[in-house]
Amino acid sequence: MSAPAGLAPERARDPGARVDPPGELRAALIVARFSLRESLRRRVFVVIGLLTFVFLGLYGLATWQAFKAADEFSTSESGVDTEAVVGATLAGLAMFAILFLGTVLAVFLTLGAVRGDAERGLLQPLLVRPLPRRTLLLGRWLGATAVCAPYVILVALACFALTAALGDWWPDRTVTPLLSLALGVAIIAALSLAGSIALASTANGIGVFMLFGAGLTAGLLGQIAEALNSDTLGDVSQIATWALPFEALYQAGLAALTVDTVGWSRLAIDLGPFGGAQSAGFDLWLFSLAYLVAIGALAVAAFGRRDL
Amino acid sequence: MAPALSVTGLRKSYRSVHALRGVDLELGTGELFGLLGPNGAGKSTLVKIACGLVRPSGGAVQVCGHPAGSAAAHASLGYLAELFRFPDWCTADELLGLHQELTGSAGGREERRELLELVELGHVPDRRVGAMSKGMQQRLGLAQALIGAPRLLLLDEPTSALDPAGRHTVRALLERLRERGVSVLLNSHLLSEVELVCDRVAIINHGSVVAAGTPAQLSRPGGVEVETAAGWRTFAEARRDDAPRIVRELVAAGEDVYGVRVLTSSLEDAYLEAVGRAPAPDEARPEGAAA
Repeated sequence: MSAPAGLAPERARDPGARVDPPGELRAALIVARFSLRESLRRRVFVVIGLLTFVFLGLYGLATWQAFKAADEFSTSESGVDTEAVVGATLAGLAMFAILFLGTVLAVFLTLGAVRGDAERGLLQPLLVRPLPRRTLLLGRWLGATAVCAPYVILVALACFALTAALGDWWPDRTVTPLLSLALGVAIIAALSLAGSIALASTANGIGVFMLFGAGLTAGLLGQIAEALNSDTLGDVSQIATWALPFEALYQAGLAALTVDTVGWSRLAIDLGPFGGAQSAGFDLWLFSLAYLVAIGALAVAAFGRRDL
Repeated sequence: MAPALSVTGLRKSYRSVHALRGVDLELGTGELFGLLGPNGAGKSTLVKIACGLVRPSGGAVQVCGHPAGSAAAHASLGYLAELFRFPDWCTADELLGLHQELTGSAGGREERRELLELVELGHVPDRRVGAMSKGMQQRLGLAQALIGAPRLLLLDEPTSALDPAGRHTVRALLERLRERGVSVLLNSHLLSEVELVCDRVAIINHGSVVAAGTPAQLSRPGGVEVETAAGWRTFAEARRDDAPRIVRELVAAGEDVYGVRVLTSSLEDAYLEAVGRAPAPDEARPEGAAA
């Protein structure tokens, strides 16, 4: 055994003297950076990049074919702007696919963050450092969101750009759909992280995907309610959508794609997947941020009570 | 200076299961303290409470004068869990770097290099944890626990994955830490290891301390045996100091003495007795034999 040089005499005589723990925000950023490095090292980004490339390729092919077909059938007398209808429909479908991909990312980056890591013995060495549990949660959430949010923004932008290049159509609003997707996946990451405190990884993953499905169902209910003119169904859809605000955000983003489109084109768009789109005001953004904070507070309280 | 670890009336219950039933312990500066007990006795629970990983049901734990679980307490201790794992994708150097950042250690690259050399991993700073053997990971765990030069080390079975040579190196490390004023709580099933290095020992059973003291105090005298022409004669109440007198008396009485054995119970015997599985009388071990 070598001499214990690691315990340099001056430090060893006064153990702990050279320790100056980081502040909470800095500690959270350290954890987030470590999470990002893990994603990088595990080649998460390579896999995401390759699959996204395939997705964008398929989207481009579909867009090219759709605009080509629309050109053949469109007539100037109909009063419908076929480019807008086709472009908006494709972009709307892309947004749904992107939200799903972002959800997959958010869930897989967080589903075992607490209980899973604790059961594997990964968490304990970190939590005996001067690292409050709330800071660890914040760091893990920041790490996941720093991957998911830019991802959905970049892929959505790429889809919009493909639609513009192949069909000469660009959404009426750009920022709102992108931010709605980003905040949506940030909320899903928070839900998954909070779920990871109580649930084993598999159960948590299934649970969050079922919540995602419930949000989707709420959107479909809204469409059915509108078609049937049912207030009850509409109310149920509204409540469910706000209870799962990533769905409300998605609908708001969807609505923003064609917010300036009117007339027959508007009607044609509403017959498609945009039937469930619901524009929302500033309240939705405030509510979503408050929802995020509430999920965080609940997670911190639950984690604080958990024995590891 | 506040004790490195002060445990007062510590209780912990998991619903109807009482893991700890009022434990009192105190570790002084530079003291090496062994915690013994059968599986499920409450040793790991005690260590986890000291680390702030488990909430006590009652009582108090202070680490270097700070409540267990507080940032100040965390800044004063190093911990190696019994069941630990480090991210398999990161290297030894990266792992220590992370813990340096979280601890706020100003040791930098030099501290990492020194600690890796200390646990004989100085030649593999860039090896991924996933490519290390369990023993190497355990040594890396020890290096991780020493980040920031903690005043108190809590080691839960720190040699379970090590070979005899590795255990020897850890024993030497613990002794050097003690010389430097680091207090160590060693939770181990290896009684011989504890007996060799620990200043004091506590035996926990069913959540209570059932015996405590120095290894010598716990290893009680077991009598003196003297070999004469008539065979071995046992003086059950005699101690080591009584051996010369017994020999003199036997010789004076005209007997020939061929050998003397001073019997002591080992820490293992004391342990088995304390946890309710006393060894058979003939298991008492000779401390040494004299011709």
